[in-house]
Amino acid sequence: MPFGNTHNKLKLKYTAEQEYPDLSQHNNHMAKVLTSEMYANLRDKETSSGFTLDDVIQTGVDNPGHPFIMTVGCVAGDEETYEVFKDLMDPVIEDRHGGYKPTDKHKTDLNPDNLQGGDDLDPNYVLSSRVRTGRSIRGFCLPPHCSRGERRTIENLSIETLASLEGDLKGKYYALKNMTEEEQQQLIDDHFLFDKPVSPLLLASGMARDWPDGRGIWHNDNKTFLVWVNEEDHLRVISMQKGGNMREVFTRFCTGLTKIEELFKERGHEFMWNEHLGYILTCPSNLGTGLRAGVHVKLPNVSKHEKFGEILKRLRLQKRGTGGVDTAAVGGVFDISNADRLGFSEVELVQMVVDGVNLLVEMEKRLEAGESIDDMMPEQK
Amino acid sequence: MASSFSRILSSKRHIGILTLVGGSVTAGFLLHREHVSAGVPVRRRYPASAEFPDLRKHNNCMASNLTPAIYAKLCDRATPNGFTLDEAIQTGVDNPGHPFIKTVGMVAGDEESYEVFADLLDPVIKERHNGYDPRAMKHPTDLDSNKIQSGHFDERYVLSSRVRTGRSIRGLSLPPACTRAERREVERVVVDALSGLKGDLTGKYYSLTQMTDKEQQQLIDDHFLFDKPVSPLLTCAGMARDWPDARGIWHNNEKTFLIWVNEEDHTRVISMEKGGNMKRVFERFCRGLKEVERLIQERGWEFMWNERLGYILTCPSNLGTGLRAGVHVKLPLLGKDPRFSKILDNLRLQKRGTGGVDTAAVGGVFDISNLDRLGQSEVQLVQTVIDGVNYLIECEKRLEKGQDIKVPAPIKLFK
Repeated sequence: MPFGNTHNKLKLKYTAEQEYPDLSQHNNHMAKVLTSEMYANLRDKETSSGFTLDDVIQTGVDNPGHPFIMTVGCVAGDEETYEVFKDLMDPVIEDRHGGYKPTDKHKTDLNPDNLQGGDDLDPNYVLSSRVRTGRSIRGFCLPPHCSRGERRTIENLSIETLASLEGDLKGKYYALKNMTEEEQQQLIDDHFLFDKPVSPLLLASGMARDWPDGRGIWHNDNKTFLVWVNEEDHLRVISMQKGGNMREVFTRFCTGLTKIEELFKERGHEFMWNEHLGYILTCPSNLGTGLRAGVHVKLPNVSKHEKFGEILKRLRLQKRGTGGVDTAAVGGVFDISNADRLGFSEVELVQMVVDGVNLLVEMEKRLEAGESIDDMMPEQK
Repeated sequence: MASSFSRILSSKRHIGILTLVGGSVTAGFLLHREHVSAGVPVRRRYPASAEFPDLRKHNNCMASNLTPAIYAKLCDRATPNGFTLDEAIQTGVDNPGHPFIKTVGMVAGDEESYEVFADLLDPVIKERHNGYDPRAMKHPTDLDSNKIQSGHFDERYVLSSRVRTGRSIRGLSLPPACTRAERREVERVVVDALSGLKGDLTGKYYSLTQMTDKEQQQLIDDHFLFDKPVSPLLTCAGMARDWPDARGIWHNNEKTFLIWVNEEDHTRVISMEKGGNMKRVFERFCRGLKEVERLIQERGWEFMWNERLGYILTCPSNLGTGLRAGVHVKLPLLGKDPRFSKILDNLRLQKRGTGGVDTAAVGGVFDISNLDRLGQSEVQLVQTVIDGVNYLIECEKRLEKGQDIKVPAPIKLFK
């Protein structure tokens, strides 16, 4: 909750042991790391906007675990959270991001020329291609903690900035609370509209407060570049199109992001970023690139192969259903994307998706022809 | 005023209570809780006008009464426990309105909320409780069940009878704001006191975190088990935090007296039985409540209560008596009569389905209970239910015989 933290001082009247959450039934990254000693050491701290340890961990206390995914169980309320609570965040980050150390440096590379190939993923199999990331505006609190005033300011800044985009990036903003029925239906049909979060993972962190105040969707006239304002992060930026030309999608993604960043800087604002954690976002799982590059791809045969899971793991890829995270694959069509976010650059991650999906499509063709794929097993990336 | 003041001062736990008497100036001097400054202005980067919620699509009591001027006056204040206006109204901002009921749209985080945010809570209370003015009126408390008349219903119609209320432990924050340690303290205090109940009130506590599968199934079969709230009205207010830590159910061996710990209030107290003996249900209710109060007082605690608002609970709708006395009653013919709603209104009664609030009536069986909570005593409200349900049964009987029924004259409030 924003502002006043006399509330946190009230808790100090009780011992750390009396306040320490019961995590005995829990299975998330926060619960694995937060010992009672760590709780005792961190509980009297707060960031300068008043975000406290209990604010950080509330979602992980309220949601013991997800059946299929090891959830993170903590969030940031502002950029400083990652510093003030580093004793908790560092091990969570290390565990979540494949051993990423507190001393490691993260490389940012948004130059699409560094990507090799990617323009010819077989459209008979690859139905659509998409790249998304998030960006936070430095100096403002993040969705779990921001006040209405801050959220509205972020919205206004974003509207102003996006209004300056030109050419194939020229577009329009639709505020959630002012949308007409017609606009709403169109956005639903285009699969652009986002709803108030229903996942308890998000609700418990306070991100859905004051819905739909300050929330909206911007997209370009071509409907290939889309920005969500004040959903789970300040901004979610999405580039997408039908078919398998991931290269074009990524190029537009980089151009658009770079342009947006320029425009924000012209207005005296920058994105939250540092050398160690890359781009700073609400959920520690999205640090670094915050990037998820993925395709919807038909893999009815490969997906039934006993080694499918192993193949994906070696390719550093992840499967989801076509409704996104927490959904099932329908008709053998999978959402395949990069598993990593931090410790690899944007180009590196998209390269993994391009190369990995090409391999999976080759495997699918082999299995269709009744041939084996045993000689095609990839090395661990 | 004097008697409530002395009652407050006599409590062992008069933490921060003196803010009830003075404004934020005296609060700065008279705080009793360590480490906390009462009424310290909260940090704010934007003016109140930039923070004022957009309530144009809203239809709840908070939205009807919160003006930009009131918001500006209160937004920088906090109770001694640190509870703020934004926290109090968050549930009403997040939930514009319920299709059938005008919801309250705000909660209290502690006893002091009702003072610190009085500029908003008083008009909300007035609207919700039919004109009851907390500044000018006193709420009567009366738990003398001997005063009840003809409290035994025709059991061909009344299937079960139930009375519930809530009680808060003075000195500890309420569910929207309480810390884990405070919540555990509420549990400890209450469970400790309940272990002192004897005779037909002897019972056992089942903690939600430690229940066995068998115990859980039994509690479900008995219709005693409560679940983590799913209603956004409650979850947006922060009441479900840390679930199921320090939550539990106590009931007597006879399964006629039941207490919920740390659900929507510190305690919810329920007396119930099959059949129509409402008088006995209320007698047990009063006896049990008084006994629990005695047991916590022995240990240096007391319930939150004052002369203006009666018993203090989380939701302003439950102030006063916090009492809902009701029956499950078969009214298949009356239930279909177009005059049913008007009859209920005039009798100061409310209908719900047999699953409780937000459910539908099944098989012509209705949950009928009192509408009012504040400004009338427990005895008055239960008598209202008894008289009203008897009237409804008479109507049903007349309709059965093909006779006509009359809509009764409306009962006057605040006699």
